[in-house]
Amino acid sequence: MIEFSLNNAWLIPFLPAVAFALIVLVLRPLPRVSAFVSITCILISFIMAISIGIGVIQGGEKFVEEPFKKAVTWFSMSGLKIEMGFQIDPTSAMMLFVVTLVAALVQIYSIGYMHGDKGFSVFYAYLSLFAMSMLGLVIAPNLLQMFVFWELVGLCSYLLIGFWWYKYSAREAAKKAFITTRTGDFGLLMGILLLQIFFGTLDLQELAVRIPNFTEYGLTAGALTLIAAILFLGPIGKSGQFPLHVWLPDAMEGPTPVSALIHAATMVVAGVYLVGRTLFLFKTVPGAMAFVAFMGAFTALFAASIAITQTEMKKILAYSTVSQLGYMMLALGAGSLTASMFHLMTHAFFKALMFLGAGSVLHAMHNEADIWKYGGLKKYMPITYWTFLIGCLAIAGIFPFAGFFSKDLILEVVWANSTLSGHAHGPFQGLYTLLFIMASMTAMMTAFYMFRMFFICFHGELRDKHAHPHESPFSMAMPLVVLGILSVVGGWVGWPGLTEGKAFGYFVRMGEFEIVHANWTLIISSTVLALIGIGGAIAIYWKNAISHEELAKKFAPLYKLSFNKFYVDELYLWIIHNIIDGIGRALWWVDMHIVDGVVDGVAKTTKVLGSVFRRVQTGKMQHYALVLFAGVVVLVIIMSFADTSVASLSLLGGGR
Amino acid sequence: MDFPVLTVILLAPVVGALISVFIPKEESRIIKAVAGISTFISLALTIVIYFVYYTQHLDTGGMAFTEDIPWVSDLGVVYSLGVDGFSLPMLLLTNVIGFTAVFSRSWSVEKRAKEFYILLMILIVGVMGTFVARDLFIFFLFYEVVVIPIYIMVIIWGSGSKTKDVTKEYAGMKLTIYLLVGSAFLLAAMIWLYMEAAEMRGLPTFDIATLASLSSQFDQQFQIIVFGMMGFGFTVLLSMFPFHSWSPDGYAGAPTAVSMIHAGVLKKIGGYGLIRIGFFILPLGAKFWAPLIAILAVGNVVYAALICLAQKDMKYVVGYSSVSHMGFVLIGFASLNIIGLNGAVANMFAHGVMSALFFSMVGYIYGATKTRYIPDLGGLAHQMPVAAAGFVVAAMASAGLPGLVSFVPEFTTFVGAFKEASLRIPAIIALTGVVLGAVYVLRMVANVLFGPRKEEWDHVEDIRGSYWIPVVVLIAFIVTFGVFPSLLMDMVNSGMQPIAAKLVDAARVASQMGGNI
Repeated sequence: MIEFSLNNAWLIPFLPAVAFALIVLVLRPLPRVSAFVSITCILISFIMAISIGIGVIQGGEKFVEEPFKKAVTWFSMSGLKIEMGFQIDPTSAMMLFVVTLVAALVQIYSIGYMHGDKGFSVFYAYLSLFAMSMLGLVIAPNLLQMFVFWELVGLCSYLLIGFWWYKYSAREAAKKAFITTRTGDFGLLMGILLLQIFFGTLDLQELAVRIPNFTEYGLTAGALTLIAAILFLGPIGKSGQFPLHVWLPDAMEGPTPVSALIHAATMVVAGVYLVGRTLFLFKTVPGAMAFVAFMGAFTALFAASIAITQTEMKKILAYSTVSQLGYMMLALGAGSLTASMFHLMTHAFFKALMFLGAGSVLHAMHNEADIWKYGGLKKYMPITYWTFLIGCLAIAGIFPFAGFFSKDLILEVVWANSTLSGHAHGPFQGLYTLLFIMASMTAMMTAFYMFRMFFICFHGELRDKHAHPHESPFSMAMPLVVLGILSVVGGWVGWPGLTEGKAFGYFVRMGEFEIVHANWTLIISSTVLALIGIGGAIAIYWKNAISHEELAKKFAPLYKLSFNKFYVDELYLWIIHNIIDGIGRALWWVDMHIVDGVVDGVAKTTKVLGSVFRRVQTGKMQHYALVLFAGVVVLVIIMSFADTSVASLSLLGGGR
Repeated sequence: MDFPVLTVILLAPVVGALISVFIPKEESRIIKAVAGISTFISLALTIVIYFVYYTQHLDTGGMAFTEDIPWVSDLGVVYSLGVDGFSLPMLLLTNVIGFTAVFSRSWSVEKRAKEFYILLMILIVGVMGTFVARDLFIFFLFYEVVVIPIYIMVIIWGSGSKTKDVTKEYAGMKLTIYLLVGSAFLLAAMIWLYMEAAEMRGLPTFDIATLASLSSQFDQQFQIIVFGMMGFGFTVLLSMFPFHSWSPDGYAGAPTAVSMIHAGVLKKIGGYGLIRIGFFILPLGAKFWAPLIAILAVGNVVYAALICLAQKDMKYVVGYSSVSHMGFVLIGFASLNIIGLNGAVANMFAHGVMSALFFSMVGYIYGATKTRYIPDLGGLAHQMPVAAAGFVVAAMASAGLPGLVSFVPEFTTFVGAFKEASLRIPAIIALTGVVLGAVYVLRMVANVLFGPRKEEWDHVEDIRGSYWIPVVVLIAFIVTFGVFPSLLMDMVNSGMQPIAAKLVDAARVASQMGGNI
């Protein structure tokens, strides 16, 4: 089984593709069958992913040093050869597991959530298409295959955000998501092209060998940094990093299972994954690393500061996702593939859990989005309540929940790069100190806004008197429980004490394996920060010791900035509508009046000339004869002066 | 192979047109069926020879299925046909689009259907002929056959626009004059080339391969001037900036089938001729003009894409988008290397099927709702889900989504362009077209198809009956060639190899001469 799965890993994305094709072409009129086929396929993929995972763990060192790769030629010509295939190493095996797991759970959850929707079958078709694309991205052995599936997950995201396309808001959000990520993909594609031109390959393993010796390929460190920064635009768009984060909160217009699967657990981490896959490129040039780290930390703090004042559950979760993705980027920028991938995994568990929990609440409250209408939901929906609490504790980073381990590891690696640790080197250690402070602040704010939402929703009295909340059906509760368990134990695999240090970091890593020793000052201080955040939320939103309205009034300008998301959307809209569309309209004017004007001008001149020359045709024989005679005279004069090679024109009549 | 398969492919629509002449004009359904059957015969045969070539001739390359019948021996005109890896994709494209154009909805065609289909058949034959001709004279002959039906069809069955003060007569006239002016330059260049070659060989010939074998003997000055004239003719046809303005007006004015054929393949005659005749016979001329082509290509991509943003008429959006896409083709040409050429030629194919589907869907919606004005429309996916699906696939292909036909060609084009250090800046600017392209198509998709139901469109019908044919056939091609790009790329690559080799030789000659080009 393990052997079979390893050798046929392409089946993992292929099975959902089959499901997609079957549903679209044949099964669409049969919703139940569609769901059954789709779920069966993803479950088989899930089982294969598990057996690959087991194989990789058994293989140990082997897969880290030499990933298992198989590929066939997709198309080729002299000087350009592109392959399609798969590459199995611990990182991709981990992602396969996470993606198939969350996808399977979300598909099961959707049976209940999408029950009775007109587009039930189509929904499953899209989910299968998404699973295919995401899994194809995960196993990609080269950057072009990654880009191909990267765009396809973008398409799925577009289709699923706009799933309820008859709503204006969904339609606009879908469009915004596609265009914003496309803007980033412009950079990604350019980066890929430049790598292809300079290094002559897009194969990840080949690039990993060639890039560190970039000077042999005619590049300077500055040029390589530039390439890395351009390439990074893609992840900025896909993973919702500042300044291209604007699409992700709007993406919550899609059905909630989609938000959980695509816009929290899997697709949005594609950017992080891509940077992780190409970390050898970024590591070669420290400037690029600092850039990645800074963008990550800034995004983390920026999004957290917005999340604090939002009033919709899914929006808060969306900004929290942006913030956590920033965290993962920060870890990569600090040079740790382990920390970033570890957080990616635990985040997938607890964020999917919280989104599905939010979906459960929305389901119960008949899609009322405003959290201030909720309250006291604890007694109506106990499963949702307890699992959501686990999620909040996990994201806040409280021991022993999953987020604690991964968040702590990130803080630790950033610490190690900063002046604080005392053994960092390089020109950017001062910057990393700043980033460490930003990350710690983010951790506190995260704990605060999560528990703010938690207390508003689940404690106190139900504020909307007309609502009749109820617990969700089994198909929706079951995934919550599974994810709840994983949000507790999921972090333990990173416990350094586990099996002689051969824990998560032993497998998913880049470079030599080092055991990270627990830094107690850091652990204690970060826990204290989280507790302060939670304490603040308790005081304000549960015990009502401090009035939140008073606070909002006191800091009115800050509150307004945060509530309005720093007006970034407004700024972009203004630029698009006034500048870009303005240029479009101006150029159209040019096209109509100048480019066309010249043509029409020529036409008009011809017309005028025509009316002039019309007079020549007098119809009198004598005039024509006169003109004819004059013409002959002129010709004779010309021929007598010119060289007679004009005679070669007669060749037209046959040249023998 | 003794069976004159290319002639049969050419004759099938002619026979169809002749049969239609004898069918009473009231029987428009029968006429349509005859047109459909005759184009289907061409299409099926083309698919067969495509696969025969793909499986048997790909390694050796060169012309296959050749036919030679001396015609005007005094002038050296030979009715010689043949296909290679370059002409086959173009021939396939013509037939795919020809076949689907017959079944696309043009709302005004219900009246005088007989004349319409007869002209359509002539048009298709003309286009096919240019791609299979191995003789310059025959090439030009077929090219001129194309112009006349287009003009008639636009002014009889065309339509004006709500957003621009354009009548169908103006659009038809503009299109025709542009094409004729272009072809005048072409004719002059051809005759000059012919005479020069005849002088050199002492024997007149129009055979393209023979002319190309002389390419190293033509002096540089001659090549530059003749290529300039020829290039002007062909790039006007390819709607190169700033000679593009006939194309959006023309497409908007034309009935659906003509828009499909025109944007899909007729335009590609420009690209085909530029490579097959210009690059192949006059490589030094190509080298001289390539930088200018590259700069204007960027104009195509960015300028037209920005204009698309300001359009409110669906056909103008697709029209300007096709101008924008031709920029990708031109920049691939300008790279003068095999990768860029492969990308550009494959892009011609990709843009062909994609824009045909786009025009077909736009035409269907126009036929059903009698409007193309985007603000009037909205939420049409409620009433016509199938047309909406086809529209979205076309839009995604236009945005260059991987897995659909246009991604690999665009990527390859850019690899080719980036390879030339001097083209990197233009190529980077052109790459912004990828983003702008997504913006304008998605806007149109959103504003036409999605959003709340509009009751005034409740009476319109979704695609049914034979209107399914364009949707199914074109999507099948878009997806198949997108998922298996080597079906197209290997073919194109084999066709481009001799031409790219010519260009490499020319570069070597130029550097020996001191690189003063």
